[in-house]
Order: sequence, then C-alpha cells, then structure tokens
Amino acid sequence: MYVAVKGGERAIDNAHRLLAHERRGDPAIAEIAPEQIAGQLTLAVDRVMAEGSLYDPEIAAIAIKQARGDLIEAIFLVRAYRTTLPRFGCSQPVDTGAMQVVRRVSATYKDLPGGQVLGPTFDYTHRLIDFDLAGTTTPAAPAEAAAPLDPAPHVTALLDGEGLIESNPDRAAEPGDLTREPLAFPAGRDLRLQALARGDEGFLLALGYSTQRGYGRTHAFAGEIRIGDVEVEVFAEELGFAVPLGRLRVTECEMVNQFKGSATVPPQFTRGYGLTFGQLERKAMSMALVDRALRAEDLGEETGSPAQDQEFVLSHVDNVQATGFVEHLKLPHYVDFQAELGLVRQMRREQAAAQTEADGRAEADKPAEADDLAATAATLDREAAE
Amino acid sequence: MTGSAIDSETAARRRAMAAFAAATPAELAAAFDADTIAGARDLRPAEAGLVMVRGRIGGGGSAFNLGEATVARASIRLADGQTGHAYRLGRDVAAARLAAIADALWQDPARRPSIEAALVAPVEARLAAADDAASRRAAATRVDFFTMVRGED
Repeated sequence: MYVAVKGGERAIDNAHRLLAHERRGDPAIAEIAPEQIAGQLTLAVDRVMAEGSLYDPEIAAIAIKQARGDLIEAIFLVRAYRTTLPRFGCSQPVDTGAMQVVRRVSATYKDLPGGQVLGPTFDYTHRLIDFDLAGTTTPAAPAEAAAPLDPAPHVTALLDGEGLIESNPDRAAEPGDLTREPLAFPAGRDLRLQALARGDEGFLLALGYSTQRGYGRTHAFAGEIRIGDVEVEVFAEELGFAVPLGRLRVTECEMVNQFKGSATVPPQFTRGYGLTFGQLERKAMSMALVDRALRAEDLGEETGSPAQDQEFVLSHVDNVQATGFVEHLKLPHYVDFQAELGLVRQMRREQAAAQTEADGRAEADKPAEADDLAATAATLDREAAE
Repeated sequence: MTGSAIDSETAARRRAMAAFAAATPAELAAAFDADTIAGARDLRPAEAGLVMVRGRIGGGGSAFNLGEATVARASIRLADGQTGHAYRLGRDVAAARLAAIADALWQDPARRPSIEAALVAPVEARLAAADDAASRRAAATRVDFFTMVRGED
C-alpha cells in the first residue's frame, strides 16, 4: 500500500513568497542587476558556467541572483535550463595554442617564448581587506606596454621537441559524451576530462591536494597556466564548412609530472591536463592533478589512493548529483522512519526476551520476524529513493 | 571555378561570418535598410540552442567534450531569393537573423562591397583595436627578470 500525504501547498507557496522577499533584501538598497553580477562578480559567473557546463554569462548571472549567491544552487538552475535547448552540434576542438592570452605563467621555465605574463591575478596581493571597496572606486587605468604580446607556444611543446615528455596523439576518434550516455567504468580519458571539467571545484581541489600530500603522489610541476580567449567554430551541414561562432574565455593548465620509462620507451615526463570555461585557475590546476592521478593504472603505477580511483572520483565529482542525494534526506521520510522505529522497538523486545531466556526464565524468540521487518524497511527506502 | 577559388571564397565568407558573429545588434541593425530586413523570409525560424564545445587532451591530442555553449542561429531568404545563414554565441535570435541577412547580402557580388565597408571592416577594426589594447595591457604585466649579483668576484 502507498499512502500519499497532501496538505503542504499553502505552506510551500508562502515559503516561496518569503524566499522572493528575502532574496530582494532591503528595498531601500538598489536591486542588483545580472549585468552587475556578470561584469563585477565574473569569477563566480565563470564557476557557474564551468560546473553548470553551459557557457552563457547572462544565464549564469541570473542564476546566481535567483540562487541568492548559492553557487551550487545556481549551477543546478543552469543544468536544468540547459535541458530546455536543442543541440545544434559539436564544435571543432578549440585551439588553445592560438589563445589570446590575458595571463600565462610557467613554473618550469623562467625565460620562455611569450614570457611570464601575470595578468589580472590575486597572486602577490597581501590578502588584506581593502576598505576602499566599501565605497565606490575609480581604479587607475591599466598600464599598457608599447607593443602587444609575442606569440606564446605551449610550454610542453618545448619538451616535446626533445622527446622529453610523452606526446598526446590525436586518435581522431569521436569523444564520449556523458550527457548522452551514462558513464560506464572504466571510462576513457576523454570522458574523465569531461566529468572533471564540469565537476565540483572544491572536490577537485581536495583531491588534487591529497595527491600532493602523498595519496597518489605525481610530483607535479605547473608546466603552464594560461587564461584567455579562444575562437569557437561549428561545422554547419547547410553550409558544408565550419562557421565561426565567436570567442570563449577559458583557463588551461598543463602539469608536467613524474617520469617513467620502460624497456622500449626512454624515461620521459608525463602530463596532466586541465581545461575549464572562464577564468578558473584553481579549478584547472586541480583538474590537471586529478587527471594525472587517474592515469596511474594506465601508466602501470601503484594505485589505491582516492584520487587514482576513477569510480570513486567520477561518481562523486558532480555537485548537482551530490547535492540531490545529500539534500533529499531533508524530504519527508516519515514512513521509512516509522518502519525503522518499529524495527528498533522489535529488536529491543527481542534482546530483552533473549536476556530473559539467558536468565533461564523464558523460551526462544522468533528472529525471523525481525528479518521481515528489515525487508519491509528496505522496500520503503527503495520507494522513497524512487 | 577552380578548387582554390572555392577555398578562397569560403575563407572570405568565413571571415565575414566571424565579423557578423562578433557584431553588436546595433552594428548589425545599422548596416542595411529596413526594406531589406522586411523582405527577408525565414528558411528556418531563428532559434537558440546549444553547441558542445570541444577541447583537446593536453591541448593538442584527441578531442574531448568540455561543455556546451548557447548559440543562436538563423537562416533566411531575401526578397530576391538569396539565402543567408548565421550562427552566434549567446541567445540573441534577432541578432542572428540580422547576421543571416548580412550573410545573404555579402554573397551577392554587387552588394558585397557595401556590406564589407558598412559592417565587416568596422567590426574587424573594433575587434583589432580591442585585442591590441588587451594584449598591451597583458604585456605590461610581463615579468622582466634581472639577476642580482651579490658579493665581489
């Protein structure tokens, strides 16, 4: 039997009215506009686009406003919005080597073609609260060099030229898409990178950190981090050629990792890769560390650490899935709980009876009944999960 | 037409379409008259959708799916029968429709010069100026290393 309990509609409607009221805040203070969020809270917008897996700053900004700044809620909204749109196709792979960079640094080479370009970074700031920002500010115009940047080839290409680093061959295969096919294990590196690119930054940061602390160590160097704009093109059937769509801001990180060799391959460095929408340096670096850790088995390394376990990492990296399952615990479980309550009471009665028997005053109880109750509770749990 | 002539025509059209994709709605609307816009018929209703953006493993290896981007597209036919197509990042379907009209006008050899002058050239100039400024601002943050020599030789 399944009994639906109704009666929450008025409470829910009023809760949502209260939410809208609280979201607006003090009406004497100007309401925040999505343009302000997109223009001034850009890194929050970038995170929502990356983990929402949808590049659209305007949608991300509205989602952040709607979610009152709760970024995981905003990511959830963006994921839901995405499902309302048809897919026109897949882009040509973006050429990150041709990126118009705003930042590009390498921790492995001091002097490299294109140079060390700091860009708009928090690095080297003192992390002191700037009380000037409590008011309105008019920052100085940015300095401009006399000449634009020189071309900045990928740092790994420098090592690649000498064969000192593994190459990433283009197998020209159609990549898997976890938004179309459920993830199956073992997952290829294409699917792993897709999952990491839309994965939770905090989870990836913690996993990347764990590899540095010894849980699957990879001896990583930040070969290169670059942030900038790339051109996107899509092949249009009606035209028969790839059409330029515009530009996207992305962050790329290439980690250069511990080397290995074998009877047939001389020792060379290995690589971990991170690529995200927007300006998300911490995410891209964490992603590159985890990408490399997940290759441990393929590279014949010792495994067993959390960051090396692809089923563990890929099953828990998505914060929309994670929040859905964690937060479902707050929804009514009245029936499940009543079943558990009955089970505990039954077990206590049985234990008391057994004790009594042990004292030599009563006959054996019926353990089969407890099993039936446990089965009932499990059934109710399954119903609730569905 | 020879193969290379077709290729150069496609390359030129791609360049123009890149400008139509980067043009602001105001730049598009100012590039041709209201009669041209009024005479255009939809081949396919302008619509917003998604393109799955791909990257390459390690920046140069096999492709993988990075995430989707919103894209507006439109296909139109002008009153004289010329067709045009447009794809633009974002969801501005009205701008995509204007970009498709621009694409149709550009393909007509008689009207191409005016579209190049009124739309392609100004948009390319604006983008080049913005790119140059952005690049010189980034270049100002480039580190100039110097070596500190301590002690006497």
